[in-house]
Amino acid sequence: MSTEDRGPSMSTAFIEEPSDEELPARRMLDQDWRKVFNYGLLLALVLVFVALTNMPVNLDHRMLIEPIFSMGYLSLFWLPAVFGLVVCREPVLAGMPSHAKGSREVLAGSLVGLIGGAGLSVLTFLLDNFNLRDPLVNWSPQLLELLSFQRDTAFGIAIWLPVGLVLGTFGGLAHLLSATVRRMLSWAFASVIAFAIFETVILDLSEGFAWLGAEWLVEELYFIRGGLTMHGAAVLAVVGGLFAAFGRDRAHRAKERFDALEGTSRTRANAIGLLVVAAALVILPLFLGGITNELLANVGLFVLLALGLNIVVGLAGILDLGYVAFFAIGGYTAGILTTTNRGESWPDWMPQFYWGTALVAVVILAALAGLFIGAPVIRMRGDYLAIVTLGFGEIIRLLFLSDWLGGYTGAAQGVTNIPGVQVFGLATVKGTDPRAVFYLVLFFCAIAIYVSWRLERSRLGRAWMAIREDESVAEAMGINTVNAKLMAFVVGAVLASFSGAILAAKVGSVFPNSFIILVSIVILVVVIVGGMGNIAGVIVGSVVLIGILGGPRQPGLLQEFSEYKLLIYGVLLIWMMLKRPEGLVPNVRRTRELHQDEYLQDAWLRGEIDADSEHTDDSHSNGNTGVLPA
Amino acid sequence: MSRRLLTINKLSVTFGGLHALKDLDFYVDEGEIVSVIGPNGAGKTTFFNMISGMVTPTSGDIIFKGESLLGLDPNQVTAAGIARTFQNVRLFANMTILENVMVAQHCRTRQGLWGALFQTRPFKQEEQEIREHGEKVLSFFGTRLIGYRLDQPAAVLSYANRRRLEIARAMATKPTIILLDEPVAGMNPKESAALTRLIGELRSEWGFTIVMIEHDMSVVRDVSDRVVVLDHGETIAHGTYEEVSTNPDVIEAYLGRPAKESA
Repeated sequence: MSTEDRGPSMSTAFIEEPSDEELPARRMLDQDWRKVFNYGLLLALVLVFVALTNMPVNLDHRMLIEPIFSMGYLSLFWLPAVFGLVVCREPVLAGMPSHAKGSREVLAGSLVGLIGGAGLSVLTFLLDNFNLRDPLVNWSPQLLELLSFQRDTAFGIAIWLPVGLVLGTFGGLAHLLSATVRRMLSWAFASVIAFAIFETVILDLSEGFAWLGAEWLVEELYFIRGGLTMHGAAVLAVVGGLFAAFGRDRAHRAKERFDALEGTSRTRANAIGLLVVAAALVILPLFLGGITNELLANVGLFVLLALGLNIVVGLAGILDLGYVAFFAIGGYTAGILTTTNRGESWPDWMPQFYWGTALVAVVILAALAGLFIGAPVIRMRGDYLAIVTLGFGEIIRLLFLSDWLGGYTGAAQGVTNIPGVQVFGLATVKGTDPRAVFYLVLFFCAIAIYVSWRLERSRLGRAWMAIREDESVAEAMGINTVNAKLMAFVVGAVLASFSGAILAAKVGSVFPNSFIILVSIVILVVVIVGGMGNIAGVIVGSVVLIGILGGPRQPGLLQEFSEYKLLIYGVLLIWMMLKRPEGLVPNVRRTRELHQDEYLQDAWLRGEIDADSEHTDDSHSNGNTGVLPA
Repeated sequence: MSRRLLTINKLSVTFGGLHALKDLDFYVDEGEIVSVIGPNGAGKTTFFNMISGMVTPTSGDIIFKGESLLGLDPNQVTAAGIARTFQNVRLFANMTILENVMVAQHCRTRQGLWGALFQTRPFKQEEQEIREHGEKVLSFFGTRLIGYRLDQPAAVLSYANRRRLEIARAMATKPTIILLDEPVAGMNPKESAALTRLIGELRSEWGFTIVMIEHDMSVVRDVSDRVVVLDHGETIAHGTYEEVSTNPDVIEAYLGRPAKESA
């Protein structure tokens, strides 16, 4: 896999320059046996766990390469290879010599794979001989067939040992390849997998671009019932590999040239880039089919939510776990005001409003809700604040569900018959026309991006940053922290309510169940995984999580995974926290915060740390340089 | 006789059963530099926390420019014109040096959401003023904090420069009185001599009134008009440096009582 490429790549935080000196490879049996054993056991556990979630069976019908390779086997096969690679990875320190790789690494990989394979053998044996259906409810009888490769169980028990061994050895062998070859292989592999996974989108696209006359290409590439054809996969692998060998350097150089730009030319380059992206977002949906536009619209709804939460959590540092409340308020307000089928407690004379008019009420109500929920909450800090917001998030949903407000909100039946949005009589934006929904969402996302961007560079934005850094000091420096935090709450609330209002028009109905606590969590995960405090990061986070995996109720590209969505969210979140806490597209400031030691060390290496220039003779007396006081 | 700026009457605070400050009386006139000294745990920092609104006194009154500061939040105290630094430097370490002094002007500026979103003329003008004032304040320390440093995070500064930036940040709030909590702690003798000179300039060129907690007696001697000595939360001496430095109570507080008397 391409784990190698995804290592910590902050240019500031690590200076990775392995020294030219290379120590000879260690002897084959000079192993860290305990580590090998631990990794092997861990691999076995993970494999057994994945198998018992029944993921291989559920994914088995999705063919990646017809007829030999399904996603079900992929879900098991990639693990031994990655573990076999990772077991012998050692950090390379700047200027320090490192050992050459040799048979030792390969052996370690093989052993890890073997132990992991043994785990699956044991599982196959146990599943066959004991009745484990009772405690372990998820797996289905097909799992046993899959684990024994559709033959008898004895074959399955025996075969997993060599399979694990071979896969682990592949992982270990990767150490021996030169960086270029390794990169070529991982790109070849990645491009095959990517084309297989993104099949729906690519087919969708090819229909939109049918006038280009390239349909034969897609027909060659994909099998009729799904999955890549063998020769299609081969071609993709070669193209991917060649790109890694030749195209990638060129792309890197282009990026370097771009980074080297300064001043007005940099601003101009940024503006052009932004224009191109914007133009693509406006033009591309015209050529996309319903499925992709639906996906994009869902992603957009979450971008809107995540941008709002990003102001609250990323800029002002208020951990709000009840953010879904504002989403709900937006949805219900827009729904109730525009529906033809309003709850019986509303007076008859109340007219049915136009969506745009209702939006004014949505903004006002969301802002007020932000104030009312924010006011009691904002005086708390840290964990307490998180817990109280969590409570408020549920309270709002339960209020909509309650008998007390049921006459107005339809209680469990929710609000239905919400018409679409008429845009100047030109089009009606509703769920049946995902392209129109996407354009509406895009418009509001643009507003949200503009708001985030401007506010971050304003007096208010600076106040939020100061509060995030040190609330007491911010207050002592004259910032009215209560007002500033309330402001963050209100802005976040309004952006979420936009998303809710669009959802109401898109789906045509709102139910209390659309606003469960899980939505808050997912939005927070999107912000964290994408990169807290960074607009681009938040967008990338939404695309990756919502677009590919799917939202709490929205299917993503990998519809087969929807059952395991939360599992994958969890794994991803833990992995991110351990390896890259600043997110996929980090905010510079947060990266510094989280990697302060590395940052200061690099600054020191570059000679930027100031050792008091005035009297170098006794500068050692304040040798705290670069170390923060407690 | 210059105007009385700050008057503190019978100020007490107790934490549980502990009297951190007991019936403290204190005053500062406009343009004075007053040092507060005392052994560790004497209540000096509590005294500052109380003036700046971070701790609420149990009894007594704090009157600044004729109005009571009691019950005000720290940000309101700063807005009224009292800025402070912290003993354990507390900068916004991941904000740039310029941002540190820009954010400190929050209570002197007005532009909010509207101006930022629509980039109104007053907003742009105010941003410009904030930036200019910030650079002006930073240039008080020579070239140490300006130039290429402006856009560096405060975390890369040396310890002495962090202390300087803290003072600059307090200056940026456009205060009347600056409370300096051990401004030269951790500096070498040359640096503290230079900073002592700057503290004098804070008064003579910028017109600030200064109350300073300091352990370094040469600094106290060189700039203070008056010295107040605290011990166990009470004022034990008060006067010019010469007066308090020869006061037997002060010597006893610092050095302890001779063994035979305490027996």
